[in-house]
Amino acid sequence: MIEFQRLSKRFGERPVLQDFTLTIPEGQTTVLMGFSGTGKSVALKHIVGLLEPDAGRVLVDGLVVNELSYDDLMRLRTSIGFVFQFSALFDSLSVAENVGLGLCRRGLDAEAIRQRVEECLALVDLHGTGERYPPELSGGMRKRVGIARAIALRPRYILYDEPTTGLDPVTAGAVDELMIRARHELGATSVVVTHDVQSAFRIADRIAFLYEGKVRATGTTREIRASEDAMVREFLAGADHGRGGGHE
Amino acid sequence: MSEQAVPHRPVHEFLAVTGRWVIDARRALASVSTWRPQLVVQMRKLGVDSLGVALFLAVFTGMVLALLSSYMFTRAIPLYFVGTLVTKAVMLELGPVLTGMALAGRVGANIAAELGTMVVTEQVDALETLAVSPHAYLVTPRVLAATLMFPVITALSIGVGVVSGWFTAINLLDITSADFLRGAQQFYKFKDIWFGLIKSASFGTAIATMGCFHGLRARGGAQGVGNSTRRAVVRGCQAILVLDAFWALVLL
Repeated sequence: MIEFQRLSKRFGERPVLQDFTLTIPEGQTTVLMGFSGTGKSVALKHIVGLLEPDAGRVLVDGLVVNELSYDDLMRLRTSIGFVFQFSALFDSLSVAENVGLGLCRRGLDAEAIRQRVEECLALVDLHGTGERYPPELSGGMRKRVGIARAIALRPRYILYDEPTTGLDPVTAGAVDELMIRARHELGATSVVVTHDVQSAFRIADRIAFLYEGKVRATGTTREIRASEDAMVREFLAGADHGRGGGHE
Repeated sequence: MSEQAVPHRPVHEFLAVTGRWVIDARRALASVSTWRPQLVVQMRKLGVDSLGVALFLAVFTGMVLALLSSYMFTRAIPLYFVGTLVTKAVMLELGPVLTGMALAGRVGANIAAELGTMVVTEQVDALETLAVSPHAYLVTPRVLAATLMFPVITALSIGVGVVSGWFTAINLLDITSADFLRGAQQFYKFKDIWFGLIKSASFGTAIATMGCFHGLRARGGAQGVGNSTRRAVVRGCQAILVLDAFWALVLL
């Protein structure tokens, strides 16, 4: 289970998260949804210790992430897969090397790594692309490699940062299906940051709506759809005019 | 923060950043299995691929040095001292320092731009989420490769610089090969060689460290990467000059 307890974070003078409190239930897909700049990605990065909170704490399986020693943080990270908004693939490594990089550090032999890489690439429908390099791939393929890399270590948690941003609706739908498949194959708890409403309602068990660095509304997809909250309604109404809920 | 504390802020920040860097470096060095596979790749990339620039520089340094010394020595000093000046100057100072300066541009900028781009495209964050230390995977192999390869490049540069000066002297000046070699041998000490090589190893460490340090601190987009690259080159050149003076004080 992941818990955010009164998390606060500011960049310079600008507060991004303020007393952010949320519990991510085990084994489900929770979507953090909201307008751009409301702190969704910042919250996500606190889970893996990429950012340190100014106040409050994040707990993963009861461990306070921002108080862990370096070795314990590294151990925790092996149980969490992270899919980045722009994939963040290593340009100088092939697709197979990208997917296998985390595995190399686990002391597996080359054959075991090769097998696991092929399994992961097959899971994301990229069988046979291991020798290609990231610059040769389309945006959708890069996202899928990012997902393959995140699930290679069989993580208990998978975090997705804007997984469908910048993709056409068909490719975005395929990425949604992949997230659902990855969750079923691994039984992992998923946290997805998005402002893509269609995607959110397709993949989520629960949705937390963020506004100005706080959780404004939380509930099942049905509860969020029926929400009386003005901001939630505005966001969903805005999204009806197109995929996503831009409010720049 | 109180007003009195404000002037100390840069000092505190410098100490905090340096302290964290040292802790990360020590931890990374222990993670041999992470940096070892990258070491040879970086030795080729930072070392072998830089040879052309360094040797080009060495050829002209030796040539100009021979011509300048002949111009300065006219009538006052015997011309065989051209050999002394060329070999001494190339081995002790010009070989290591000019090679270091050239590589500060090539290697320092290359490292800072590469790592800076990795930072702004979240590749460094991705490494961290895979439980791979960026210091062990990115910084350590580059710093070690530069430290090991700079003396090799410098040794070759010194050789090429001296030979270039020798050819220039016997072909363009009124001096024989025997005279040049006599001058070169007259004041030669073994220390002349290792002094230059020790300096160049320290230059390699400094340039790669500056490249990594500023690259990993890049923020924003292309402009941020550009700024960090510029800082890496400038700080690298400054570090060379400071280290040059330091070794002259300590070893000569």
